[in-house]
Amino acid sequence: MSDIRLDDKLGTAWRKPHFVKNPTLRWTLIAGFVAYMIAAFMTIEVDWGRVYEGLDRGWAFVLAFTSPDFTSRASDIWEGLLESIVMTVAASVVGILISIPIGLGAARNIAPLPVYVLCRGIVAISRALQEIIVAILLVAIFGFGPLAGFLTLSFATIGFLSKLLAEDIEAMDRVQAEAIKASGARWTQWINYGVQPQVMPRLVGLSMYRIDINFRESAILGLVGAGGIGATLNTAFDRYEYDTAAAILILIIGIVMALEYLSGIIRAKVQ
Amino acid sequence: MLQLKKLTKNYKTGDQALKSIDLEVPKGQVLALIGPSGAGKSTLIRCVNRLVEPTSGEAMLDDVDLAKLGSGALRKARREMGMIFQEYALVERLTVMENVLSGRLGYVGFWRSFLRRYPQSDVDEAFRLLDRVGLLHMADKRADELSGGQRQRVGICRALIQNPKLLLVDEPTASLDPKTSRQIMRLITELCRERGLAAIINIHDVALAQMFVPRVVGLRFGEIVFDGPPDGLTPEKLTEIYGEEDWEATIEKIEDDDADIEAAE
Repeated sequence: MSDIRLDDKLGTAWRKPHFVKNPTLRWTLIAGFVAYMIAAFMTIEVDWGRVYEGLDRGWAFVLAFTSPDFTSRASDIWEGLLESIVMTVAASVVGILISIPIGLGAARNIAPLPVYVLCRGIVAISRALQEIIVAILLVAIFGFGPLAGFLTLSFATIGFLSKLLAEDIEAMDRVQAEAIKASGARWTQWINYGVQPQVMPRLVGLSMYRIDINFRESAILGLVGAGGIGATLNTAFDRYEYDTAAAILILIIGIVMALEYLSGIIRAKVQ
Repeated sequence: MLQLKKLTKNYKTGDQALKSIDLEVPKGQVLALIGPSGAGKSTLIRCVNRLVEPTSGEAMLDDVDLAKLGSGALRKARREMGMIFQEYALVERLTVMENVLSGRLGYVGFWRSFLRRYPQSDVDEAFRLLDRVGLLHMADKRADELSGGQRQRVGICRALIQNPKLLLVDEPTASLDPKTSRQIMRLITELCRERGLAAIINIHDVALAQMFVPRVVGLRFGEIVFDGPPDGLTPEKLTEIYGEEDWEATIEKIEDDDADIEAAE
């Protein structure tokens, strides 16, 4: 029946088969990768004289963390922080609400093809445009301030959340949803009973993660004039007030850690 | 009551899962559908409630041809057919009660079901059914906290609360131990008798089928090769349905099967 005989196999070594079976191709790929890495590192030019000069400035920055100045710009910091939080919460809520229908539409196993293509298109556009680029455009349209930041973060949330929600829906247990369909449920009931319970924990977890990201992004968006704590941070840097900048960064780190901790608790609850 | 006429299903891959099936199930009759894996048992019951779209043929439930219904009418027709699944197919993150009440989704509007405000009669019936299968104390447990046998009981309640005419049962015991399997089969057949329900039960375990049902239909390669009482299942018949291990003999048997179908017709 088979050509493989036990006697020939006994005593011979056994190794897991290689992923790339052809040895020539395998070694060519490895050598090519190593050569590419070497070539890539060679193209990075380092001006060691400039690095030496910069060390002083870097050190001053690090030193500032030992004496962060929360007080002399307290009202600016407070105002910026509040603006960032308002921006984050508003953008997250709006973004999540818009993401849910788009996420449903972008899941191939529940959406008809035209809807799927449209929703995937929206997701692709949102993901292709980096936050900073969107923010620059929106600042140009709406002027400086948190409105541009809010719209940027909402837009970015849609791409992130819809895509991951759609992927979770596509990976759901089909039979559970089928059982609901078999009872004669209408489409909305089918989503509510067959699909939603399966993806809810991940949706909540991802939403918390996105709130976290949105807060961090709001610190960056200020650099291009989209309001929030980033604007305050930018001003501090421009004035070489590293102690104030340090205070702002410490606050951002603290808030991000608090959000991380909170999302851990919430995710454990909804599991 | 249920009458399949020349029901055929071809999958896109070119596999012919059902080859012109003719089958009649009278009101209140419980029949077991046996046959090897891939014979088309699952496809057959899924073609009845259109979880799988039949390629051609008719599936008459009383006077309605299920195969031709539009989506709204199909929804209404599905209410008449309860389904019980192999891996229970409970929605794991919903409670037992929500799972049972989901059998009423075809009867209640979206907002009622969304807010879980079911009519009192539905709630009472859910409690009654849970009590009947001995799970009343589990009503507010989450479905994934239950054992296999308990989950299948909830699955049975979910199918029955639809108040169906027909049960479609897909390998109800395949994931259960032998004792629980017997209990579940006994429960299903008892409930069908109590309520005068017809049922098609797909089942691997021939001995279990013989123990509980008055009629057995043998399916092989998408064709009916046996239809009769359980004691008609002689070793020869079983060989016909499941085939012998020797391939030569299996090929010869296919010709015998054709003769059988003609005889059955």
